[in-house]
Amino acid sequence: MKLYEYESKEITRRYGIPVPRGRVVENPEDAKRVAEELGAVVIKAQVLVGGRGLAGGVKAAETPEDAYAVAERLFSSTIRGEKVEKVLVEEKVCISRELYLSLTVDRASRRPVYLVSEMGGVEIEELAKKYPDKIHRIYVDPSVGYSDYMPREALQALKLPWTLLQDLANIMKAMYSIMTDYEAELVEFNPLALTCDNRLVALDAKVIIDDNSLYRHPDLQKLYGRDLTEYEKRAKELGFNYVELDGDIGVISNGAGLTMATMDSILYYGGRPANFLDIGGGARRESVKEAVKLMLTHPRTRVLLINIFGGITRCDEVALGIIEAVKEVCARKPIVVRMLGTNEEEGRRILREHGIEAYSEMDDAVKTAVELAKRW
Amino acid sequence: MGILVNPSTRVLVQGITGREGSFHTKLMLEYGTKIVAGTSPGKGGSYVHGVPVYNTVYEAVREQGPVDASIVFVPARFASDAVYEAIDHGVRVVVVITEGIPLHDEIKFVNYARSRGVNIFGPNTPGVMTVGECKLGIMPAHVFKRGSVGLVSRSGTLTYEIARELSKHNYGVSTVVGLGGDPITGLDFIDVYKMFLEDKETEAVVLIGEIGGDAEERFADYYSKLAVKKPVVAYIAGRTAPPGKRMGHAGAIISMGMGDYKSKRSSLESAGIPVAETPSQVPLLLREVLRK
Repeated sequence: MKLYEYESKEITRRYGIPVPRGRVVENPEDAKRVAEELGAVVIKAQVLVGGRGLAGGVKAAETPEDAYAVAERLFSSTIRGEKVEKVLVEEKVCISRELYLSLTVDRASRRPVYLVSEMGGVEIEELAKKYPDKIHRIYVDPSVGYSDYMPREALQALKLPWTLLQDLANIMKAMYSIMTDYEAELVEFNPLALTCDNRLVALDAKVIIDDNSLYRHPDLQKLYGRDLTEYEKRAKELGFNYVELDGDIGVISNGAGLTMATMDSILYYGGRPANFLDIGGGARRESVKEAVKLMLTHPRTRVLLINIFGGITRCDEVALGIIEAVKEVCARKPIVVRMLGTNEEEGRRILREHGIEAYSEMDDAVKTAVELAKRW
Repeated sequence: MGILVNPSTRVLVQGITGREGSFHTKLMLEYGTKIVAGTSPGKGGSYVHGVPVYNTVYEAVREQGPVDASIVFVPARFASDAVYEAIDHGVRVVVVITEGIPLHDEIKFVNYARSRGVNIFGPNTPGVMTVGECKLGIMPAHVFKRGSVGLVSRSGTLTYEIARELSKHNYGVSTVVGLGGDPITGLDFIDVYKMFLEDKETEAVVLIGEIGGDAEERFADYYSKLAVKKPVVAYIAGRTAPPGKRMGHAGAIISMGMGDYKSKRSSLESAGIPVAETPSQVPLLLREVLRK
């Protein structure tokens, strides 16, 4: 779960890492008031999507009146589809250099790793592609944790003077504490600024919390789900893994890999998937029904493709769920079913009684769904 | 590949009295897996499908003798404790079926296991199976035919789908290994491929990957440098996955500029590993590489 910049900065500040003075506000009047206190400010839209800067979500304002106007514009805009509900008004900092510093989890070594680069201010995605040699990695043994040689090494990579060693050490140590205390996947400062008066300040901060650990952090758990679309939210409440895409063939399948493979096959045969919906293992009739209802009422979906490989999931349960959903929803969208495995014959019989002929090969079902979507 | 599990492997089921634990204990017993004991704190003294249940692994080992492998069905918040308990009592292979274990718990117990030479499969894995000999997992056994193809995967149902395609074309499987769908797993493609290289029965390997992380890229790099190798065919799921979204598996996410389909596919292909467009193409590509 991603935290907003202002939330990440609250944590950062609490752990003793310098951040610019500032406040988060919800209207232009308050933005003006904060600017009256701080002087020249930077106003930053609080959104969870990436690439905020390039999308015009960060603006400077020299006077309180400017601040009002800038905030007003931001509040009436969307950043890459996300509505701006809050802006962070911060003092303008005189920057001498922009650096990159993060702590994340490296899958290959199965360890936390500090990523350090003298080329901050660019998104790490771009940095990794364009200048992979400019990223220095410091791996942390999880049974040992932070050690003092790490900032010495980072200091060299960042080409910072030795006078800043203690400051950098405090920052890196605090990052490790944030990662372990909050069970974060990522603690990132980009940029970490070297100011004109030689201080290190986290100009931007991003903390991502591990979803699976949220039960141990009830205060954070409350925030979960706020970056989901309407359908993602509804699916989540029903207990499904769901991701929204932009095609017109609705997908319901069991197991993450098979669901993705179903979507990919749709693309391969010339169609476009509308979503990812994994009903999980051993889904019962009720939950299949809810999944089918969700996709039958989904506005962009023209055809629904259901691909079930029965193991612990029983085909007869799936078939009953499909039939019940169709009865409850009046939408007349074609449904293509592929089912195989446990209680397959019974599942087929139930569907056949209601005029649905189930396929046994995935390719056949996908091709049919793609054809139907073109004609419908 | 009897290196991992075989009919004489003595198995412990942790969390044996739960719904999943008990159900799959039955199926594993039917497959011929030698389950010697189960654990479930507070339920000691009972039996599940004839298997004696103990409160602790210590007690299970004391009463039934050493166990070689354990399969964990314990709920996410107690799973890491179960893994430590198994490792601390000499278990060398631990299959963690549980999904949803906190990331930092996984980092700790996976490192703990690796430092002691213990093989962890998962978390979030369908398990490990030596086809026709020993099943330590939840996969539907009937879709797998015994044969000479090694199967290694980050996914569950997709593996069954591909195993069925292989069976349709008369390709059997030697051992199927689920690495797990989480970002941190005990073993990766390279670890398991090394085992397949040593296994006389395995002639070729099917690698089933997905978006997220760089395990496929690292494997491609490793494979391209090998002097002696067995042919590999791959399928990668997630071509249509948008960046920044978790596709069901905790590990299936394109993030920080890493883990997209294109990068995986091109790395594998430049290492000489053909990548199937659909699951049904896997046996066709396999035929080609085996002909060479």
